Amino acid sequence: MNQNLFTSFNIPVILGIPLAVLIIMFPTMLIIPPKNLINNRLSSIQQWLVKLTLKQMMTSHTPKGRTWSLMLLSLITFIALNNILGLTPYAFTPTTQLSMNLGMAIPLWAATVLMGLRFKTKSSLAHFLPQGTPIPLIPMLIIIETISLVIQPVALAVRLTANITAGHLLMHLLGDTALTLMSIYLSSSTITIIIIILLITLELGVALIQAYVFTLLVGLYLHDNS
Amino acid sequence: MCKSLQSSTLIAGGSFSAAEEWVHLLDAYRPNHSLALHSLLGPDVRTVQPQPGVLQIPLPLKDKKLLEVKLGELPSWILMRDFSPSGIVGAFRRGYDRYYNKYINVKKGSIAGITMVLACYVVFNYTFSYKELNAHHLAFLTSEHERRRKYH
Repeated sequence: MNQNLFTSFNIPVILGIPLAVLIIMFPTMLIIPPKNLINNRLSSIQQWLVKLTLKQMMTSHTPKGRTWSLMLLSLITFIALNNILGLTPYAFTPTTQLSMNLGMAIPLWAATVLMGLRFKTKSSLAHFLPQGTPIPLIPMLIIIETISLVIQPVALAVRLTANITAGHLLMHLLGDTALTLMSIYLSSSTITIIIIILLITLELGVALIQAYVFTLLVGLYLHDNS
Repeated sequence: MCKSLQSSTLIAGGSFSAAEEWVHLLDAYRPNHSLALHSLLGPDVRTVQPQPGVLQIPLPLKDKKLLEVKLGELPSWILMRDFSPSGIVGAFRRGYDRYYNKYINVKKGSIAGITMVLACYVVFNYTFSYKELNAHHLAFLTSEHERRRKYH
């Protein structure tokens, strides 16, 4: 039973070649660059969504921070699409792998920190000490702030991994339960199926929200440091 | 149609101005493959008239589409395809463009366009996880078989 539960998170491999590369590249096929002024329906929907997201995310940034618009927008699109595609049956979700999320989180966070240290050294170092702290507490507080800074990329990656993995696991478990219960008590099986339907809607929300949160936090670190 | 008429009048001795004459001489070198004559079901007599003034060259194997290739020629047709990296990328590009222009890049594209893509994605993932999903069935069968062999 244990072996069955986590096999859906194995990286699909064919003849020794990891298929994860193809699966990660699949969402790019669904995004179509708009060619004309007025496009087909899919392109228009994408354009509208992009505009909405961009406005929501980037209005609170300085002009220097807004140079990151393309990066943040592609980040949220990538994470959201990967999470949503992972909800289809038998699909492999790349964002459940901690390696990939760390690979996204560490460079972005490091970029914001380095940018802050380079361009606004005094101001970014001043973030380590909140205003109005009593003097005896200062050494401890600086240590705590440093730890909280260093833990930011790890928290970003682990948050995304844990949320998506937990959701998928829960769906697998409930699905197995519903299947087994169908031959014993049909009524509790129907209740489990209703719970699964609710869970799927939750998962859709979580997929989008996680992408949003990831991007938002990176934007926040950017705002602090730009 | 117009050009073949003109070339046929040229051969029949029609008159053109000297400035245009040499252009119409080039008509003999224009490839005219008469594609309908090479279709799988044979030439469609209703639509294609034999054109008297034009050279009928049989279509070379390389340019034929898959549905126009006879079964006996199939292996040689497959071997003649372009299997270089740029050829393969071109093939994927053409397939993508064909699907895109038929189902998505239309005025009133429906949800079926993207649903078909997702259905293919599901089937693709199923085929690659078939072994793991049915591992418990296969393990049961082999143990059954071995158990039987002990007593025969």
